[in-house]
Amino acid sequence: MTEKKIRILVAKPGLDGHDRGAKIVSLALRDAGMEVIYTGLHQTIEQIVQTALQESVDVIGLSIMSGAHIPICGKLLETLKLQGIDDVHVTVGGVIPQKDIEGLKEMGIKGVFPGGTSFNEIVDGIRSLVRI
Amino acid sequence: MGVAKYTKNEKDAIKEVIYQSGIKIKSSYGPEDLKDVGFDYQKDLADPGEYPFTRSLHPEGYRSRAWTTRQYTGFGTPGETNERFKYMISHGQTGLNVAFDLPTQMGYDSDHPMSLGEVGRVGMAVDSLRDFEIAFKEIPLDRIGSGLTINAVATIMLAMYQAVAEKFGYSKDKISATPQNDILKEMIGRGAWIYPVDDAVRLVGDTIEYSVKKLPRCNPVSICGYHIRESGATPAQEIAYAFEIARAYIENVTSRGLEPDDFVGRFSFNLNVYGNLWEQIAKFRAARKLWAKMLKEEYGVKEKKKLFLRGLFGGGGSGLTKEQPENNIIRGAYYALGAALSGAQTTALCSFDEAYTIPTPRAALLSLRTLEILMEEVGLRDTVDPLAGSYFIETLTKQMEEKIKSEMYQVREVGGMTNAVSTGYIQRKLSVQAYEFEKGIQDGEYTKVGQNKYIDDENDHTDVDLHEYNEEWTEKQVARLKDVRKSRDHKAVAKSLKNLENCVRSRENVMPILVKCCKGYATVGEMAGIFREVFGEWKEPGIL
Repeated sequence: MTEKKIRILVAKPGLDGHDRGAKIVSLALRDAGMEVIYTGLHQTIEQIVQTALQESVDVIGLSIMSGAHIPICGKLLETLKLQGIDDVHVTVGGVIPQKDIEGLKEMGIKGVFPGGTSFNEIVDGIRSLVRI
Repeated sequence: MGVAKYTKNEKDAIKEVIYQSGIKIKSSYGPEDLKDVGFDYQKDLADPGEYPFTRSLHPEGYRSRAWTTRQYTGFGTPGETNERFKYMISHGQTGLNVAFDLPTQMGYDSDHPMSLGEVGRVGMAVDSLRDFEIAFKEIPLDRIGSGLTINAVATIMLAMYQAVAEKFGYSKDKISATPQNDILKEMIGRGAWIYPVDDAVRLVGDTIEYSVKKLPRCNPVSICGYHIRESGATPAQEIAYAFEIARAYIENVTSRGLEPDDFVGRFSFNLNVYGNLWEQIAKFRAARKLWAKMLKEEYGVKEKKKLFLRGLFGGGGSGLTKEQPENNIIRGAYYALGAALSGAQTTALCSFDEAYTIPTPRAALLSLRTLEILMEEVGLRDTVDPLAGSYFIETLTKQMEEKIKSEMYQVREVGGMTNAVSTGYIQRKLSVQAYEFEKGIQDGEYTKVGQNKYIDDENDHTDVDLHEYNEEWTEKQVARLKDVRKSRDHKAVAKSLKNLENCVRSRENVMPILVKCCKGYATVGEMAGIFREVFGEWKEPGIL
């Protein structure tokens, strides 16, 4: 296979420092053959978009545990739009109640992976986004 | 099965058991095992209350005093915090625990752009002394001790505590505060760090030095193996890393000319109870012994009480599951049993609903009752260290001791804990372990009842329930902050902040000038901002 590797930016926006999930998902995606860039903690939306551009990623995977997933996802999508970026898919994982999933998808989030989603589901979900 | 690795044959008989710390368990133990590990009663155990304290810190154990319970609670505004404090004091509590919101933990004022949506979310927002005046109003600070769950800006919060006490008329030698103040574990696990490693450790050293000289009743640091474990460490690594962190703080303070004897008695630990029962019990017994030995043999600490491994053995958050949450009540009871069998001095349990929501009062009460049943109903106070002399437990305790020592040695081999954290050595190691463990759970290699075995698909759809966030908190908090900024003596604030900057640059102890800054209503963001300017921010090493 000479297929191009999927490039994904795993990002931790905001002040919350619980990064075990972001780190282990990064390792799982890497083991699945993706090029993973992990931002580290305490990132602003602007920094995340900047890194996504510099690294020309296919996907941004946000990890949010604080409960602020709706405003943060909204702001990221808006910032991407303002910069005219329309070829980067955004997914989100973390502490996300079932009732919010529909709204996040309507907003334009392509994949929602609440805590407890298996590595296989996450990997398949991301592959299906990029290989349409 | 469980958190250990089990190999079984085709008839479901267990062929091999290996604990997380890497110890292989035999099907039975006898006197020859004790001989093999070189067990010696006097050297390895000694009587309860005698060095090296493997059996107990006190000769009578729980007979003389049951464990202290300290359930953790978090609440929003300074006003609500004050109400809650008064309620708890009226119900006989002698200690308070203060949780801070993320902007405060990260040294940002409530109106900073990074604070958006986070003000008051996970704890109390503190911008200036005004907030402490509200939170601690009419609290007898000479009688009540306060735990402050704060790390990166622990210097500022300890100074703020002294400032509010003095403002209310309590002298600083009467007040008792315990800031968590363990920045190295934030860098390994919990993520609320700001400054680079060496500067951050210097600030911890400043609080310890200052407490020794000026705040005789304050315990300046509580070292958290707990969060390190939650980040993927084995039980042996949890203890080893906590002790190597302690060593980093000890060496910072002794480099200022203080003797370990002057301050190590004020260190306390926060350690985790989740996992294999026997491994936890052996871990705590070995830890008490190793800490006492390290202080005595390596640091020449003489006084008996200063050799005690004091602290909280509790929590167990990582062991809980969102699926079939009632199972967590049972898990909690067994974790607490392990803590009791290993002679925990202080304990607390995660509530069974913590895996999916902020604990309800009913769940928090159940945790408390679990602890009370152990102490008052089923007999855990009857005799000290009831498992002592068991071929299995004593062999395992000796083996744990060796594992912990070997993990400590590995940290020292890479240049000690500050270096191991700066280079990302520990973080990478723990991330990989956490990943392997998670894979093991997903593949069914480790059993988690209700999550990957005995699943109840029909009835189990427990969803996470988030704490409602109140936008009004931000408005009120920001209004108060703006009012403080307007009404204070601007020249005095500017001058005290300039003095702070000079002090930081000259490497003097920052605490006295921080107290002055706090008293003049300098904000947390301004003080933390001076540190940010001089130190810069830490660049987290990559884990991939």
